[in-house]
Amino acid sequence: MRYLLIPLLCLLPVFCYADEAKDMAADPVLERRMIGLAEKLRCLVCQNESLASSHSELAEDLRREVREQMQKGMNDQEIIDYLVARYGDFVLYDPPVKKTTLVLWYGPFALLLIGAGVLVYQLRKRKGQIAETELSPAEAQRAAEMLGESQEMPGQPPTKRPAKRPNKPKDLQT
Amino acid sequence: MARFILPFVIFMILAAFLFVGLGLNPREVPSPLVGKPAPAFMLPQLYEPAKQFSPQDMQGKVWLFNVWASWCGGCEQEHPLFMELARRNVVPILGMAYKDQPENSKMWLHRGGNPYALVVTDIEGRVGIDYGVYGVPETYVIDKQGIIRHKHIGAVTMQDLDKKILPMVKELQAK
Repeated sequence: MRYLLIPLLCLLPVFCYADEAKDMAADPVLERRMIGLAEKLRCLVCQNESLASSHSELAEDLRREVREQMQKGMNDQEIIDYLVARYGDFVLYDPPVKKTTLVLWYGPFALLLIGAGVLVYQLRKRKGQIAETELSPAEAQRAAEMLGESQEMPGQPPTKRPAKRPNKPKDLQT
Repeated sequence: MARFILPFVIFMILAAFLFVGLGLNPREVPSPLVGKPAPAFMLPQLYEPAKQFSPQDMQGKVWLFNVWASWCGGCEQEHPLFMELARRNVVPILGMAYKDQPENSKMWLHRGGNPYALVVTDIEGRVGIDYGVYGVPETYVIDKQGIIRHKHIGAVTMQDLDKKILPMVKELQAK
């Protein structure tokens, strides 16, 4: 009996799935439009939830308000203006470009430009620091030897060892 | 040495920003209603439901409009301050019982005292929406012309009264 009860108890949470906000309008098309709009709006009580998903009382009231205004035939922009007039731009998840939101909108690009500027400046400075030195004929020859060697032994550091092929597997050697 | 100064300065600037950010209250959303006329409404009074009140009735006076509810914890906190303010008769305080059943509102006022010159009832919270109420208690300072001068979100503290609200009321009353 107990072994049957445990899996049955495990099934219990199935009955308490997260429910969509209550009090729906009779008209499902209007309800969908309302939810669509409410998803773009922020609930002021639980600030990181949208008006569509919040279960706070204020969100319910505001959804009721939006629903009624849609029934009155107001378009989405008029409803958004209505809410912004009362609660400010804070209700918008997509804040408008304004004097006070300039930093928000263009700040990241400004930071990117500053970063690129610093990078270019540093690279230029570094270029000036790396002195170009002429090689003497002996050094040039040594370098050529090393480079020649390293071409033959790609995996090896260029050293002055005699040119043989140590990286070739033994069983292939004739 | 110089190579440590620049990162240190940048760090200090960042730390200063973060420090200021810690002190900010994300629940305080600036109200677009400040500087605008107080939205008009007609609501029944708590003790005389047959009588209506409109902000128009307060024209020519500076007043505080306090949105509260019997279910609100912050309201209990600020209540003694309003009682004291009412006793000193500095400025009329009008209350709006927001999304509250009248009998509960009355019980609450009976228990803690009634500092309000008048209480109106907004049972459905519609006027609350017009005033951009999102977290009671909220307190508005409204001037003689009926313009909202200040909105305080959350429980009013002694400091808020002394530093901000009362000086403002005095200034507006002198105008």
